[in-house]
Parts: sequence; C-alpha cells; structure tokens
Amino acid sequence: MVGNEAQTPLKSKNVSYERILNRYGWGFTFLALILLITFLFYPIIYSLYLSTMSSRGIVQKFVGLNNYLRLFNDQMFLIALKNTFTILIIQVPIMLFLALVLATILNDKSIKFRGVFRTGIFLPAVTSLVAYSVLFKMMFSLDGFINTSLINLHIIKEPVPWLLDPFWAKVTLIIAMTWRWTGYNMVFYLSGLQNIPYEIYESAEMDGANKIQQFFYITIPMLKPIIVFTTIMSTIGTLQLFDEPMNLSSGGVTASSIGPGNSLLTLSVYIYNLAFKYMPNFGYAAAVSYVIVFFAAILTVIQFKVAGEKN
Amino acid sequence: MFIISVFPFYWMIVGMTNSAVDVIKGKMTFGNQLIHNFITLNTSYNLGRILLNSIKVSGLTVIGTLIVASMAAYGFEIYSSKSREIVYGIILLTMMVPFAALMVPLFRLIVELKLLNTHAGVILPSIASVFIIFFFRQSFKSFPKEIIEAARVDGASEIRTFFSIVVPSMKSTYAAAAIFSFTTSWNSYLWPLIVLQTDNQKTMTLLISNLSSAYFPEYGVIMTAIVIATLPTLIIFFALQKYFVQGMTGAVKQ
Repeated sequence: MVGNEAQTPLKSKNVSYERILNRYGWGFTFLALILLITFLFYPIIYSLYLSTMSSRGIVQKFVGLNNYLRLFNDQMFLIALKNTFTILIIQVPIMLFLALVLATILNDKSIKFRGVFRTGIFLPAVTSLVAYSVLFKMMFSLDGFINTSLINLHIIKEPVPWLLDPFWAKVTLIIAMTWRWTGYNMVFYLSGLQNIPYEIYESAEMDGANKIQQFFYITIPMLKPIIVFTTIMSTIGTLQLFDEPMNLSSGGVTASSIGPGNSLLTLSVYIYNLAFKYMPNFGYAAAVSYVIVFFAAILTVIQFKVAGEKN
Repeated sequence: MFIISVFPFYWMIVGMTNSAVDVIKGKMTFGNQLIHNFITLNTSYNLGRILLNSIKVSGLTVIGTLIVASMAAYGFEIYSSKSREIVYGIILLTMMVPFAALMVPLFRLIVELKLLNTHAGVILPSIASVFIIFFFRQSFKSFPKEIIEAARVDGASEIRTFFSIVVPSMKSTYAAAAIFSFTTSWNSYLWPLIVLQTDNQKTMTLLISNLSSAYFPEYGVIMTAIVIATLPTLIIFFALQKYFVQGMTGAVKQ
C-alpha cells in the first residue's frame, strides 16, 4: 500500500547531487515531522508509559499492569464497554446496509432527480456532531416534535420516553448516528459503483436475475474493498464515540450520569470523565484508552481477515 | 429517506424564528422571534467574539495544514528514499490510533508548553494531519515528474519549483484539502473542550453544547446558534460540491 515505487525520477549518476536531493526530502518533511513527533508519536508512547502509573493529583507511582487488572472489576468501565459495543454491533451494520441500498437505487440512471436525492441524503454529513446531537435532543424530548407528531398521527398513544429511558436513549442515539452518517457512507459506495461495468448487470438480467439477486450477487461482492474500508472507518469512529452521547444526554459535560442510568456512557466519555471530571487519574485514563487501541487493532485485523478469506 | 435527511434542516431554520416553547412543541411554521433570538445570542453569549474565535482557529488550522501537509507529502513522494518510506509507513499506521488514546498525554503536554486555554493549543496538534498528508501524496503521484525535472534543468531551485510550479497547478487538490480541513476544525468539539476553558476563548461548538446543557435551555436561541454554526459548511458544500465530496472520500477512489 505504501508505494514501493522507490525509483527516483532522476537518472543522474551524480552521487553528491542525489545527496542534496535527499536533504531536500528531509527539508520538505521537516515541519510535519517535528509536529508529528511532538503531538502524535510522543503522546502515543507517553500514554503507554502513563498507563503503568497511578496518579492522584500530582503524586505518581509505578503500578505496572495494575491499571489494566483494575479494569475487570470497574463497573463503570464495564458499562462503558458494553454500551460502546452494543452501539457498534447494532448501528454500523444498519447504517452501512442502508447506505449500500441507497447507493444502488441512486446509481440507477432511470431515476429522475437522482442528483437532488444524492445531495439531500449527503447533507447531514455537513453538520457538526455537536449541532446535530443537540438538534436531535430537542426533537426527541418528551414533549418534543417527534412525540407530538407520532401522537398526532395516532401511531402511539403515550409519548415515548426517548431520552429518559436507558433502552430508548440508545435507540435515539442509533437513529441520530444513522441520520448523520448514512449519506456519508453512501458517497463512498456511489463512487465504487461507477467502476462496476454496466454490462455485468445487463447479462445478469438476461440470465433472469432479479434486482435483489443482482444486489447480493453482483453489487456486494464487487464493492467488497470499499465495504471493508467503510466498516473499518465506522468501527474506529464508533469506538471513539464522544460528541453524540455527551450532547444527547441532559446536563452535558457536568452531568453525573451520561444518559439515563449511564446508558450512553461510552469508552471515550469515560476516559474524559476519568481525566477531567473526577479527581484526575491520568494513569488509569491512559489504560482505558489503550483498551480502545487494542479493540481498534483487533477488529481491523478481523475485518481484513473476513474480507480476505472470501477472495 | 430524502425527507428524513432534509427535514431536520428545515426544522432548525424554522426553529430559529420561534420561541423556546414553540420549538419544543414542534411548531412547523415560521415565527417572529428571529431578531429576539439573535439579540439574546449576541448580548448574553457574546456571539461575535465566539464566532471570531471559531474563524481564527479554523482559518489558521487550514493555512497551517495546507502548507505543512502538502510540503511533507511532496517531500515523501518526489524525493522518495528507503528511510523516508519507513517513516511514512509508521505515520500511516498512526491513523489507526484513536484520538482518545492521545488526549490525556496531549493535555499534559499542552499544559507543559503553557498553551492551555490558548488557540495555539487547539491549532498546533491538528496541523500535521496524517490523513491530509496521505491525501496530498496520492495526488502528487499523478503529477508529471518531467515538469519538475525540466524546472531543475532550467536552474529553478527546489523550493521555487514547488511553490511556483507545483502548487499553482494542483488547485483542486488544495481546494479539497482545505474544505476537509476546515470542516473538521470548524466542527471539532472534544479537543477544544479540553483546551479552551474560559468563555472568551470558546468556539461555536462549545457554545452550542453549553447552551443545550443549561438548566432552562432556550431552544429558539440554541436553534439560531446551530444554524449559524452549520451555515459556513453548508455554503461551502453547495458552492464547491465537487471538491467537497472529493475531499471527504479523498484518496480511497480506486
């Protein structure tokens, strides 16, 4: 992936000239490397070190793997882990499947105004995560727009306690995230669909395959690399979920519980709480953050493996 | 699906013109509270200052990112060497590391550097964006190398070649990267939330978050803030749709 085409474009045999060019290579990358070392590499390594320390305020002491062992008995951590995975397992497949179906429909040249539809469905991806979370919080409040409309349409009799009940709070979060990200993923699939030759569909049609069969036997296999890519992106994104739960729950940053009964407490929110809200324990917070790194790595490898085997 | 996607936009624009009670009841028609909401936002929450903060942070981030990331990508692509390929590989690997893993040590670093509660503290860590370096490098791959060699033969310096020949001919790449960088920075929440601690330093996303977690949220005012915060990205999207989508989907086109 990282281009191995390392032949220099220059055929100059002048060694000193090559050396000068090499210096330019470092020169051009210098600023970026300094910034990356300071604000990326150093923090990554430092947080690994930090995760072996216990820090209460300014007092720090080495505790080895104790922070990691402590995780297994930490109720809050287990809740955050469970919430994050529940959202991941339910939201990502729904969203990606929906995006795939929409992309397939909107790729059909016989549909009128498909440009308008594409733009409209992509539009939510333009909003900031905070803005749309707050918007959904208002729409899904107890006497809010959604409940009022559903009652007026006689779909429900009693208002649904969207953000007041642990179960419905997760449902709301999943609906909100699906609204925000489906169009975004659809764009990836649309650009992938451009590369599938139309003749494949034509010959499938002649062989008597209906649209649904075409979708499952042509579109999905042909788009597999992009599906894997979007799955990995969404997985990593969901593991880091922060803005939405924080802003959907009442009270925001200062709230004692993120969502009713901590039903919206995610790993990232928990790290934030550990480091910045409770009495700061940076060491333990760093350990929790490495749990995210661990799962991101494992899930990515698994997703690549699953995709690779079918090839 | 189309209606579901677009409806909240309509609702927030309507909401901007309504009072708190009407917004929460789901009134669907335009009201006459726009001026009132706007004035409240301006006088009680210092909208001008906060908007300026957002513009400053995003603007400087975009400029910094474009210069630093494109130069780095150029360095990696045009002067490729074994050692730099290894460095580049490591940099790409860090894309896998979620921000949550960085925020604690990054916060301590910012404190050490005395950048807490400054805009520089928000801007500096986001300038060397790995994704944008990657994005630029993918585009430089298709830049004709003969032009660079011809410039060398003509005696142009390497730096001049880059700034007066390469950069001007890659305008659409720069536009796409600028849009991506701007929307990311404009919409960012977690890192500014950690770094910016006093009200006069805060950005739009922090203001919206604060407003909505108030004990008695003023829904009409919140709607107005949301519209103001969404407008810049919305305008850029409609004006430069092609580059926008290119910047978002970036280098994954196969």
